[in-house]
Amino acid sequence: MLYREAGQFKESYAADMAIFPIRQDRIGLAIILVAAFVGVPLAASDFVLAVVMVPLLIFALAAIGLNILTGYTGLLSLGTGGFMGVGAFACYKLTTAFPDLNIVVCILTSGVVASAVGAVFGLPSLRIKGFYLAVATLSAQFFLDWCFVRIPWLVNHNVSGAIEVPIRTLFGVAVTGPNASPQVRYLVILAIVTFLTWIASNLLHGRVGRSFMAVRDMDIAAELIGIKLYQTKLLAFAVSSYYCGVAGALMVFLWYGSAEPAVFGIDQSFLILFMVIIGCLGSLVGSFFGAALIYGLPIALRNGLGALGLQIPAATVEHLTLMTVGGLIVLFLIIEPHGLARLWQIGKQKLRVWPFPY
Amino acid sequence: MRAPSETAAGETLLAVEAVSLSFGGVKALTDVSFDIRRGEIRAIIGPNGAGKTSMLNVVNGFYHPNTGRITFKGTTRPKMRPHEAARGGIARTFQNVALFRGMTALDNIMAGRTLKMHRGFFWQLLRHGPAMAEEVEHRRKVEDIIDFLEIAHIRKVPVGRLPYGLQKRVELGRALAMEPELLLLDEPMAGMNLEEKEDMSRFIVDLNDQFGTSIALIEHDMGVVMDLSDRVVVLEYGHKIADGTPDEVKGDQKVIDAYLGVAH
Repeated sequence: MLYREAGQFKESYAADMAIFPIRQDRIGLAIILVAAFVGVPLAASDFVLAVVMVPLLIFALAAIGLNILTGYTGLLSLGTGGFMGVGAFACYKLTTAFPDLNIVVCILTSGVVASAVGAVFGLPSLRIKGFYLAVATLSAQFFLDWCFVRIPWLVNHNVSGAIEVPIRTLFGVAVTGPNASPQVRYLVILAIVTFLTWIASNLLHGRVGRSFMAVRDMDIAAELIGIKLYQTKLLAFAVSSYYCGVAGALMVFLWYGSAEPAVFGIDQSFLILFMVIIGCLGSLVGSFFGAALIYGLPIALRNGLGALGLQIPAATVEHLTLMTVGGLIVLFLIIEPHGLARLWQIGKQKLRVWPFPY
Repeated sequence: MRAPSETAAGETLLAVEAVSLSFGGVKALTDVSFDIRRGEIRAIIGPNGAGKTSMLNVVNGFYHPNTGRITFKGTTRPKMRPHEAARGGIARTFQNVALFRGMTALDNIMAGRTLKMHRGFFWQLLRHGPAMAEEVEHRRKVEDIIDFLEIAHIRKVPVGRLPYGLQKRVELGRALAMEPELLLLDEPMAGMNLEEKEDMSRFIVDLNDQFGTSIALIEHDMGVVMDLSDRVVVLEYGHKIADGTPDEVKGDQKVIDAYLGVAH
């Protein structure tokens, strides 16, 4: 009864084309944003912020990146980890070369480097599709991996061969490095993720988003209405890699604190791809759901089992968690092969007509 | 029967001259020439495998002819890509519907206006100010097309869920959104019932009258072809066997043979 659009008349096309045309959705979004920006930092413990919320947002951002490419444009990619790495290393090079440059600017700029690299590795997509493209992007993953290990210049010739995140401050508050509090890190990440999600949503609802989806759904017809395939595909690679790059930079600078190249391996690519598939291909909110399920659920289970007070060895807890998560993923895919965002949509539709079935 | 439109005698919009196309040893088209005048409805008919769809594919640049020339609006381009054809004002619908299945009917038709939208990438990121103004302006045009095709009730439905007849109509809408000068319709009435065929015929005649769009039409329903078209080209095995008004073509012995068969 609460969730109704009855009586909300649109008087202009602009109102009808708004991203959230239903008033209740807008109220809901406002509540979520207020809770995220004010409620969570006040209420949540340091542990929850640092171990749950921060990674969750970062994974969601990477998933949005891959979703733009795979979900919206229909180009399968296994290079996500590599592109995240490019972002992280670019950010490291930037912030060590220009120590006075604002760290947020560094992070956002490092995405540009990733996006250029992504566009280059997107070139094969002009000729090949589907699984073959996945294999071609796999080569990007391995090549970039190799670069991260073999080119010491990327880590400023550190003996450890790893990125060692320096201390950077924002308005006098430490944002990166060992002194940065989880609250500050969480808020910085949340601001960046919110902003970039808004940008992505704008892009995908307009002309560019329509041409992405046109290429995904029927590339012959897309070409016929005047969409240049190569431009559109490369743009999709560039935008997607930008998001992955920023996520990679955030991951190292605001979560890990230091990172070896192994972090950006093929595992990471697969993890993000699973998030996108479970969440929903072609849905921004699905990227958040996917990240929450794949990353958040194991943590919840692990701590949930501990909280029950059962005397289970840590190794058993780990096995149980893996088994449960695996089972749940299979279950979700059986219930709704189109992902969690689809379930969410169906739920909203049901709520709209409730209590009547039609 | 419909009286030939007055504009039918207009200047030549598209000229196909001695076009041949072969795939390996298979000759799809051999030495075909015909023209389409501005404002006319030109039917292309022929038995299955006669090369009708190949002809359309050559016209909008999916295939490049081995020999021969295509002149559109007075300019000849040796190798025209499909998106260049679109830019030049050629729109097309497909025999088996080629809509963007994941998108709504409205988005499909909006996508048809991609070429008319010019706000750059960075405005698109904001979706406010000029970018939004442009969206609204084009939405208004798209709503006109939606009204014209009487599909207002399904504008927010993903096209994958629409029945076949309506999908064909949305596809026509997407082509119309490009404001084409030449519209290529590949069997717009295939698989439709009588009522849907009548609706579609009405839309084709109306858009030809109202917007002056020249139309090349492939169709198997002879009743429709004879009623709608100003002139007819008949192809058989990649050769042109007849060209003229519906009445001339109907009486042509070669056409009768092609359709009814000849005693051997």
